[in-house]
Amino acid sequence: MTGNIDHIQSDAHIQSYGKLLGVLAILLFLTALTIIVSRIHFGGANIWVALIVASVKSSFVLLFFMHLKYESILIKASFLATIGFLSILIGFMFWDVAFR
Amino acid sequence: MEIIGKISYMETQATQPIKSFYETPSPSRFTGIGAWLLTIDHKRIGLMYMASVMVWFVIALILGLLIRTELMATGSTIMEAETYNAIFTLHGVIMIFLFVIPAIPAIFGNFLLPIQLGTDDVFFPKLNLLSWYLYMLGGFLAILSLFADGPPDTGWTFYVPFSVSTETNVGLTVTAAFILGMSSMLTGLNFITTVHRMRMPGMKWMEIPLFTWSLYATAWVQLLATPVLSITLLLVILERIFGSGLFDPSKGGDPILYQHLFWMYSHPAVYIMILPGMGVISEIIPVFSRKSIFGYKAIVGSSMAIAVAGSLVWAHHMFTSGMSDVAVFVFSFLTFIVAIPSAIKVFSWVSTMYKGSILMTPPLFFSLCFIYLFSIGGLTGLVLGAAGTNIQVHDTHFVVAHFHFVMFGGTGFAFFAALHFWWPKIFGIMYNFKRAYVAAILTTTGFMLHYIPMFILGIMGMPRRYYDYLPEFQTGNFFAGIGAYILVAGVLVMLLNLLISFKNGETSPSDPWGGTTLEWSIPSPPPLHNFVESPKPKGYPYDFTDIVRSNSLNSNDSLNRGSKL
Repeated sequence: MTGNIDHIQSDAHIQSYGKLLGVLAILLFLTALTIIVSRIHFGGANIWVALIVASVKSSFVLLFFMHLKYESILIKASFLATIGFLSILIGFMFWDVAFR
Repeated sequence: MEIIGKISYMETQATQPIKSFYETPSPSRFTGIGAWLLTIDHKRIGLMYMASVMVWFVIALILGLLIRTELMATGSTIMEAETYNAIFTLHGVIMIFLFVIPAIPAIFGNFLLPIQLGTDDVFFPKLNLLSWYLYMLGGFLAILSLFADGPPDTGWTFYVPFSVSTETNVGLTVTAAFILGMSSMLTGLNFITTVHRMRMPGMKWMEIPLFTWSLYATAWVQLLATPVLSITLLLVILERIFGSGLFDPSKGGDPILYQHLFWMYSHPAVYIMILPGMGVISEIIPVFSRKSIFGYKAIVGSSMAIAVAGSLVWAHHMFTSGMSDVAVFVFSFLTFIVAIPSAIKVFSWVSTMYKGSILMTPPLFFSLCFIYLFSIGGLTGLVLGAAGTNIQVHDTHFVVAHFHFVMFGGTGFAFFAALHFWWPKIFGIMYNFKRAYVAAILTTTGFMLHYIPMFILGIMGMPRRYYDYLPEFQTGNFFAGIGAYILVAGVLVMLLNLLISFKNGETSPSDPWGGTTLEWSIPSPPPLHNFVESPKPKGYPYDFTDIVRSNSLNSNDSLNRGSKL
């Protein structure tokens, strides 16, 4: 039974420097975008814009730096859903804050 | 452990040539107490949780009894007001964080999840052990707070601004809750990974037993919601030390933000507490109805739906906090939605029993009590979910009664049912049925007498957490106190009966009930690696065709012995 785990050992995924640098560039761009949108007043949509940008950034980190991209659809969906869920949790607070 | 050793020795000598996990430490180089404290075997870790959870449970039970004794008469009865505040805080913290949340997942989840998945351990065995140590450290700090600089008097919710301004030792208790949260998260992470990665080859998602499904759904809530509480509690500590003003309106902060953050975890935590209990009931009902569970996929779906929808209803705890009317409307609506998957489960259990070959046993008896008490708890929850009635009974004894009906009548009774269901599997011995029934009847009767008066008191307007009350509340509080003593007596009879089984209990076969999930196919107690031979996927886990055909139940010696012991 101890060998049960053997079938789940995944192969190592080596990503090229080019791809990693590309992801880094996207993350830096999104960071800049976070700062830029924070200076623009979108009214009630402020928080949603910030949350969407942050969720996209987290997704890139999970997919490429944490190798989720190479997992099955189910695992990808599970983890990406957690980010979406966190956005919903924070966003739902605005049913209160935005309507006081 | 000595007793356990004896039992497993007898078991091995008498019936089985295979050594149980009690006799084969893992890692094998450790013996004696070291074989327990340094073990990475999921079954031993489950039992270490069992020992510690039971100690905390008894402590919190005694604290609860002291609270109700104090309230049996007006004025000061057995303690002063400050002591009362400290005791109800500790009762809540210990019951919630050290008993109700970890009880079923940490004990039975650890013991059974890998077995039900047909594997030999959880994915991260060392992390599993670390979770237990964090659990013990958190519990130790919670108790330590009793003796250092004044015990906390905030209630288990640690609401600001009081938790920031009170002179009592809130910091230590909050740290304890933080550490306990970490333990809970690691267990959740371990279970999710195990379900995804360690299922035996060939076991499909729709072949996973419902108890494991419920643990899987719970684990996601543990993993997603607990960090919110951890950060929130950290903010309370920062606020106390640095006065950063996050929750202070005079510094631009928002006190209601604390309540949002707290309940963002603590309402999903209610589902962390109840979902594994529902999983237990979903295992027990079909076994003693000799009938496939009604609506397997609907139960799986409702577990996941509860995990998702239950995480979006937190603000129904805050209808009177001053939040916006829109939020009151939205969260009230969402609260009613979460009642649907809960009802699906209840209807499925009842439908499973319909036209089944019911055999009454202590686990089934506790399960039936669960369905009854949980249904009352759930339906009174709708009174609290509706904004109008909520405002009438908010912060009254009605809430206390509702909460205990769900958490004690629900999770507590499911825990008792699980203890009686898997006791023969875990220890290889059978307990006395008659005493178990007496305990169940006493516990349920005491429970009703204890909490029904609280519903009435709440509707009459008696606030919760109050040390003293008006004379018109005297009768209800007196009867609730009597109920508390009967309830505690029932629990003690139950625990004594189980303990006596170590001395007088007869050896149990591997499948005393006629169960169909994988744990019943291996020896009792299980061997170190759970399976002597690699298990083969059985397909649908609740097919009782063979059990019914062999009519094993009527000729089952173990059941007959249990009823005569």
